Amino acid sequence: MVLELQKPRPIWQIMFSTHHTDVGLLYLITSLGFLFLGGALALAIRAELFLPGAQIIGDAMTFNRIFTVHGTTLIFLFIIPFASAVGNYYVPIMVRYKDMAYPKLNAIAFWMIPPGGALIWLGFADFTWYATPPYSIISAPGPAADMWIFGLKILGISSVLGAINFIVTILKCKHPDMSIGQVPLLAWSFLSSSLIILVAIPTFAAALLMLLTDRLGVSGFFNPAMGGDPIAYAHLFWFTFHPEVYVLVIPAIGMMYEIIPRFSRKPIYSYNSGVFAFVLLSIVGFSSWAHHMYATGMSFTEKTVFMVGTLAAVPASAMHVFNFVATMWNGRIKFLTPMMWSVGGIALFFSAGAGGVANAAMPLDFTTHDTYWVVGHFHLFVMGTIAFGSIGFLYYMFPYVTGRMYNETMGKIHFIMSFVGTVLVFFTQHVLGLYGMPRRIFDYPPIPEWIAMNQIATVGAMIIGVSMAIFLANMIYSSARGKPANTEDPFGVGGKYYYPFEAKNPSH
Amino acid sequence: MGGHSNWPEWIYIGVVVALMVWVGAEAWEAERLVEHSPEDAETIIVTGQQWFWTFEHEDGTKETGELHVEVGKAYKFEIHSKDVNHSFNIHDYVVLMDAIPGRVNTVWFAPTDAGEHDIQCREYCGLIHYNMRGKLIVEDPSS
Ligand code: HEM
Ligand SMILES: [Cu+2]
Ligand SMILES: [Cu+2]
Repeated sequence: MVLELQKPRPIWQIMFSTHHTDVGLLYLITSLGFLFLGGALALAIRAELFLPGAQIIGDAMTFNRIFTVHGTTLIFLFIIPFASAVGNYYVPIMVRYKDMAYPKLNAIAFWMIPPGGALIWLGFADFTWYATPPYSIISAPGPAADMWIFGLKILGISSVLGAINFIVTILKCKHPDMSIGQVPLLAWSFLSSSLIILVAIPTFAAALLMLLTDRLGVSGFFNPAMGGDPIAYAHLFWFTFHPEVYVLVIPAIGMMYEIIPRFSRKPIYSYNSGVFAFVLLSIVGFSSWAHHMYATGMSFTEKTVFMVGTLAAVPASAMHVFNFVATMWNGRIKFLTPMMWSVGGIALFFSAGAGGVANAAMPLDFTTHDTYWVVGHFHLFVMGTIAFGSIGFLYYMFPYVTGRMYNETMGKIHFIMSFVGTVLVFFTQHVLGLYGMPRRIFDYPPIPEWIAMNQIATVGAMIIGVSMAIFLANMIYSSARGKPANTEDPFGVGGKYYYPFEAKNPSH
Repeated sequence: MGGHSNWPEWIYIGVVVALMVWVGAEAWEAERLVEHSPEDAETIIVTGQQWFWTFEHEDGTKETGELHVEVGKAYKFEIHSKDVNHSFNIHDYVVLMDAIPGRVNTVWFAPTDAGEHDIQCREYCGLIHYNMRGKLIVEDPSS
């Protein structure tokens, strides 16, 4: 960013650029903007739930709209665009190519995000991030619901275009001297997640159109009043979105593969095991979608099949944890901010997976399903693992993007507060789920345990909120005034960095 | 793999796989047992609609918001919905089953002690989802 300040270019030159680092910068700033917007909604939710009764939000409809837009924003407008930012900066450099394979397509994929985001935010729908029929057909108010459907449609197309670009860049444009077995693990993570996107997204894209025509009353695919079946939607939705959770998490794991060895000053324990685990996860990840649907009335056999499919994917995730720990083992670890976020993220990844196994075990899921346990479970992934991996990586990229260093002390405070906050919010929510509190409720009866645990969660969320303010201040101040980075080795850990700074737009 | 000896990783993978097999086997066994509803269970028709529950006993008596049952008997719920998806939940007895329009789902339970328990909806169903609550009242006919 400051690079732009040091050698200023008019903003439209960046906006209309198709160069990968410029598109990366656009993705980066957009995703961070949505991180703060979506995060603000989370704080509103937590403030509302601090006590039973209406607190700050006032009515259930507004509350329902807020959690819907919160989830949609952070998944589709923060996590995915942030990964694209990292991919844009690093993938071409890692495969030693001058740009993404299709630069114009790359820019188009980015420019679909602002209109998609605008539709979601201007509509402010209330039907949760999975828009389940028949509620979404017969009950959810328009035009918000329709705007959400169009917004998601656009974001889905953007994802597919981005995925095609990453796959071609990696497989076809990598340097002829480089074999696929030499492609760094971060680039491998983009290859695997992009392949998942291509297989997974079309199903939901179809379901969205069917939802729209159902809402218009011209079809009844999911509307029982017209002979349709809501469960069909659930299958189409989860066939896309269980694999999609790996789309979200795999790039974050890839980012950790860049950071952990570098700050441990050791090569990765096993490159092959990392590649194998990525590929395995992308395949086995397709065998578990209906673990979200145990309570819809599936037969014992169906449930068993999807439980087995879910458990089968666990070793692949566990292999990454092993690889990280084995890499750090006996390393000369330098605990700078990026490393702290990665290590914290791995610890939370492990806890999240353990909770996931409990969900997958059929009889236990009837206790946890649609309670706060599930909210805790997936937030340990989306916040604890993915946001942690991403934020750590942002600190790591910072000197490359801006030519300056962030403030290390503020970075560490940011980490410690966020880590404590994340544990307070999401571990507590697991227990709250065991006490039976359903998710997606605006108000709750004054059960003492529920009140106490909601209060702990709210305090945790506020700690995260404060740490994010520190983060924002650090980013803004340091990109203008931070001390100039030693661009050869900004973290003093030696070795050869992948270095977008040098690959900067040749038009300078 | 990787040129160096990799036995610690293989052992680790073996342990994880063994754990998953164990979890899966236990879960399979437990689910198989709890799904088998007793022959003599009394049927209660449960209907969810925005935003309350109604119950119809075998003898035709109907209740709204409250459900009276007796200790020592087994009950089989037949769960219907009149509008959108809901999920019928008595958390204290791990009773959870979605109410889906156009389908009938069943789940059973046998109350063990007299007392009151919360009934709630655990699937998002719109405006008053948060207050789609009821009471289960378990009575002991012998006392
Ligand atoms: C060890 C690996 C994992 C296992 C065994 C696992 C298992 C499960 C199961 C069984 C559920 C359904 C719970 C319920 O609704 O009752 C679930 C929900 C969920 N999981 Fe995971 N999971 C794993 C990894 C992940 C990852 C990596 C992510 C995200 C990046 C993730 C995100 C989610 C989300 C978003 C939901 C809830 C969706 C919703 O209902 O809104 N999970 N998980
Ligand atoms: Cu899943
Ligand atoms: Cu409900």
